[in-house]
Amino acid sequence: MKKHTLKMILAISISLISIKSFAQETDLLKLVEDTIPKKQVVKNAFKSTRVINGHSIEFLAPATMDFRILHRFGLMNQGAKNLFGLDQASMRLGFDFGILKNLQVGIGRSTYRKELDGYIKFAPIIQSTGPNAFPATIALVTGITLTTMDYQDPTVNYKFSSRIAYYFQTIIGRKFNEKLSLQLTPTIVHNNLVPLAAQPNDVYSMGFGGRLKMSKRTAFTWDYFYLFNGKIDGINYNPLSIGVDIETGGHVFQLHLSNAVGMNERAFITETTSSWENFDIRMGFNLSRIFQLKKKK
Amino acid sequence: MKSFLSLFILFVGISSIEAQDKYYTKTGKISINATVNKSLENIEAFNKTVVCIIDTKTGEIQFSVLMKGFEFERALMMEHFNENYVESEKFPKSVFKGAISNHASITYTKEGVYQAKVKGKMTLHGESKDIEAEGKILNKNGKLTITTMFNLTLADYKIMVPKLVADKVATNAKITVDCILDPLLNK
Repeated sequence: MKKHTLKMILAISISLISIKSFAQETDLLKLVEDTIPKKQVVKNAFKSTRVINGHSIEFLAPATMDFRILHRFGLMNQGAKNLFGLDQASMRLGFDFGILKNLQVGIGRSTYRKELDGYIKFAPIIQSTGPNAFPATIALVTGITLTTMDYQDPTVNYKFSSRIAYYFQTIIGRKFNEKLSLQLTPTIVHNNLVPLAAQPNDVYSMGFGGRLKMSKRTAFTWDYFYLFNGKIDGINYNPLSIGVDIETGGHVFQLHLSNAVGMNERAFITETTSSWENFDIRMGFNLSRIFQLKKKK
Repeated sequence: MKSFLSLFILFVGISSIEAQDKYYTKTGKISINATVNKSLENIEAFNKTVVCIIDTKTGEIQFSVLMKGFEFERALMMEHFNENYVESEKFPKSVFKGAISNHASITYTKEGVYQAKVKGKMTLHGESKDIEAEGKILNKNGKLTITTMFNLTLADYKIMVPKLVADKVATNAKITVDCILDPLLNK
């Protein structure tokens, strides 16, 4: 009886050892690697923090600064005499700062209306995969613009607040796959002073932005804002921009065609005065150069 | 009852013997350096979440590296690394599976430093290649420290460096491995 048990034990232990050694040959990593996927945020939905004109769901990395040089040229349909608009240029210089992975601030100044602008962009929810994943990024943007241009009629005593406008934006965006990212941007622009009595102070609009990646370093982009109110025939139009993002290592170039001339939310949403119908469009580019302010070590 | 006891002792004995066979870590370190000579841009990344396991019985050694775990001094480098070079969305992990070819000459039960030659297959960016490297195994205080350094030709793994940045990103990357392995228990 005792002998029998001992044999049994021996047989079991041999078979156990052989099972173990068989398992070793297949995959050792299985023994120690985590099988539960971790929550991971989805990054790089857009190449840049702007789709073209409007803010994108993309954020700067913490401790980086984005120096942005934006140009919008003259109307292309002026022909060769003005080199298809390239003779005239309107520009905006801007500095954006990444503070947290979901918090970014920026300032800029445009030649158009000699306007200063600043904004804060914050994302309470970032698109993620894994446990407790959320399918979209939701970002909030609030900004202020200030025109420093002289008033046309110097005899009128305008209030300082008349120079100021505000905008509030929610960006709901999703990177569907490596190629396609889409976002919706409901926006309110509030002008303290509007040039025409017929124009409302509050303009409600919805932005539609997207990106289709063509290769690792190039992408096709579009950026459209539909105005629910405040659009007056012959005065202003919905801004539509289509473009190409080109990444060259250190820089991101965003080349595009647009009917908008303004480069802050107030200007391009409420003051786009030309339309695509008459081919009243402009060439333009955004140049983004990111600097690391604090190196990781 | 007696036989049951001996069975129990035998099983415990087996598992405790086996516990000494395998060593592992989940916090191993790997650095990659693709800095071009005399370039001002230091293209170096560190990963501190490397999974490594070694079976001292068979000499098998395996690594698993999460590509998104590499940290660069500049955030933009990290973005380009993941987006343009190794394509971490498509190929999230790099895996090495190999064996120590001079396995017999290493006494894992005795403290000391041993030279080790490792041969195996490395999978990176969806491409698998046989590689060979020499390293050291330091056995001290019941832990194994594995260190090695070797070069990888990026083109072997279909990782292309565009001409535009050829003066900044080297076509060969120096890989440094430093893993401290603990005995694997209860597995």
